[in-house]
Amino acid sequence: MGRLDSRLTPYLVVAPFFLVFGVFGLYPLLFTAWVSLHDWQLVDGAQRFVGLTNFRALLADRNFWNALGNTVSLFVLSTAPQLVAALGLAALLDRGLRGRAFWRAGALLPNVISVAAVALVFAQLYGRDFGVVNHLLGLVGVDPVDWRGETWASHLAVSSIVMWRWTGYNALIYLAAMQSVPRDRYEAALLDGASRWRLFRSVTLPSIRPTILFTVVVSTIGGLQLFVEPQLFDPGGTALGTGGTDRQFQTLVMYLYEKGFRLFDAGYSAAIAWVLFLLILVVALVNFTLARRIAPKG
Amino acid sequence: MAARRAGPVTYALLVVVLLASVFPLYYSFLIASKDNSALGDAVPSLVPGGNLLANLGRVFDTVDFWLAMQNSLVVAGTVAVGNVVLGTLAGFAFAHLRFRGSHSLFLVVVGTSLVPTQLGVVPLYLLMSDLDWYGTLQAVIVPALIGAFSVFWMRQACEEAVPRELVEAARVDGCSVLGTFRHVALPAVRPQAAVMGMFTFMTAWNDFFWPLIVLDPNDSPTVQVALSTLASGYYTDYSLMLSGASLAVLPVVGIFLLLARHVVGGIMQGAVKG
Repeated sequence: MGRLDSRLTPYLVVAPFFLVFGVFGLYPLLFTAWVSLHDWQLVDGAQRFVGLTNFRALLADRNFWNALGNTVSLFVLSTAPQLVAALGLAALLDRGLRGRAFWRAGALLPNVISVAAVALVFAQLYGRDFGVVNHLLGLVGVDPVDWRGETWASHLAVSSIVMWRWTGYNALIYLAAMQSVPRDRYEAALLDGASRWRLFRSVTLPSIRPTILFTVVVSTIGGLQLFVEPQLFDPGGTALGTGGTDRQFQTLVMYLYEKGFRLFDAGYSAAIAWVLFLLILVVALVNFTLARRIAPKG
Repeated sequence: MAARRAGPVTYALLVVVLLASVFPLYYSFLIASKDNSALGDAVPSLVPGGNLLANLGRVFDTVDFWLAMQNSLVVAGTVAVGNVVLGTLAGFAFAHLRFRGSHSLFLVVVGTSLVPTQLGVVPLYLLMSDLDWYGTLQAVIVPALIGAFSVFWMRQACEEAVPRELVEAARVDGCSVLGTFRHVALPAVRPQAAVMGMFTFMTAWNDFFWPLIVLDPNDSPTVQVALSTLASGYYTDYSLMLSGASLAVLPVVGIFLLLARHVVGGIMQGAVKG
C-alpha cells in the first residue's frame, strides 16, 4: 500500500493541471485547425470540408489585412516604448530609496485593475469634445484630436492604455533582475571611471539580458492578442467590435470575435486564429533574435 | 548602483509615475461623482461632485449589477480555491516527491504558459455548447480551476518553505503522501498559498474575453461583462459607465492595498527564478 501510494499519488495530484490544460487549452487550439478547414457555422456546426478555402478567402480579405496592419502597428507602438520606459523606471527604483515598497506598489497598481474598467476610463480621457487629453493639448495650443476617428491617433491612444497597464509590471521584473546583478561588476567598472549611463549600458543591460528576452517574448504573445483595450475604447462600437466606423483600430482578435461570435462564421474565425498563432510564433522568434543582438552577452 | 542614495530628481520622477498610475483611477471616481452635464465644462474640475449615489443607483437600474457582483464573487472565489488546492498539491509533488518523468512534466507545465489558449475560443465555445454549459458559470470556472502559474508558484514556495528532511522523516515514519502534504507541507506554505489565492482571485475577477463570449450579457454575466453592457448604450453615458467601472475595480484595489507588499514581492520573485 505504501509503495503504491508513493508511486501513484504524485501522478494523481499533478493530473488535474494536465487534464484542465488538455481539455480546455490544448484540445481547442488543435481543434481550431480542423474547424478552419470547414464551412462551419457556430450554431449549425460543420456543413462540409472545404480545405484551404477559408485561408484563401482570408488572404483576399481587405478587412483581414487591415486588422493585421492595425495589430502590428498597435503592437509595435505599445511594446517598444513600454519596455524602454520599464527599463528606465526599474533603474529609478533600483536606487537607494526611502519607502521602497510604496513606490513599487504605485508602479504595479495599474496592472491589477481590470482592463475593461481601464479601457472605459481612457475612452473618456480621450474624448474628442470633452476629453481631458484634448483639453490639456488645448492649453498648449494644439487643436483637438479625433482620437477615435483617425487611424494614427486611435493607435496612439490604444497603445497608451496598454503602456499604462504594463510598464510598471515589466519594470518590477527588470528591477528584480537588476538586484541580482553581482555588485562587484559595478565596482570594477566604477574603478575604471565609468559614468552612470555607461554603467547602465555596459553592466546592467548585458546582465539582465535573459530577463529582457523573457519580457519581449511575453509581450509579443500578449501584444498580438490585443482585444479588450481597442474593443472597449469605442464604447458605442462595443457591440459590433469593428474598432471604429472604418475599422481603424480593429485588431485580429477583434476580427476573429466579429466573424466567429457576431457573424457566426466559425470556420473563418478559426482560420484567423491559426494565422494569428503562426504570426505570434514568427514574431516571437524574430524578436527573440533581435533582442539577443541588441542586448549583447555580458 | 543600489548603494547610491536616490537624489531629488529620482523622487520627482517617481512622483510623476505615481500620479500617472493613480490619475485614471481617481478620474474614474471623479466622473462617477458628477452629473453628465458637468462633463461639458471647459475646464474639468478635479473636485468630486455630489452625484455618486445617484449614478450608482442608475448602474443598478440599468443592469443587474448585484447579480453580476455575486457571479463574479462565485467565479473568482471558486477559481481561487481551486488554484490553491490543486496548485499546492501539484507544487508539492514537483518540489518534494520523486516520480518518473517529474522533471519533463514540470517543463511541460512551464511550456504551456507560452501557448496562446485565447486563440482556441471557437472550439472551446463549441465544447461548452456540447456540454450544455453556455451561459453558466462553470463555463468560466472550470477552465480556470488550475493554471501553470499556480503550479509554478507553489512549487517554488514548497521548495523554499518546506524542509526536505522533514518530508523524508514523515515518509520514513510511514506517513502517506497526502498525510505528509497535510501535516508537513501545508502549514509551512500557508502564507504563499494565501497570496497566490488572492492573485488568482484578482485575475479571475478581471477576466473579460472568455466570459464575454460564453456568458449571456443580458442574463447572468460577470461584473466585467456587465461593464461592457453599460458602455454599449445608444449614447455614451460616461458617468454611468465610470460608476460601474469604479465599482468593478473596488474589490481588486482593496485586496491589492492589503497585500501590495506580497504581490510586488511575488512578481519580482517569480521573475528572477523564472
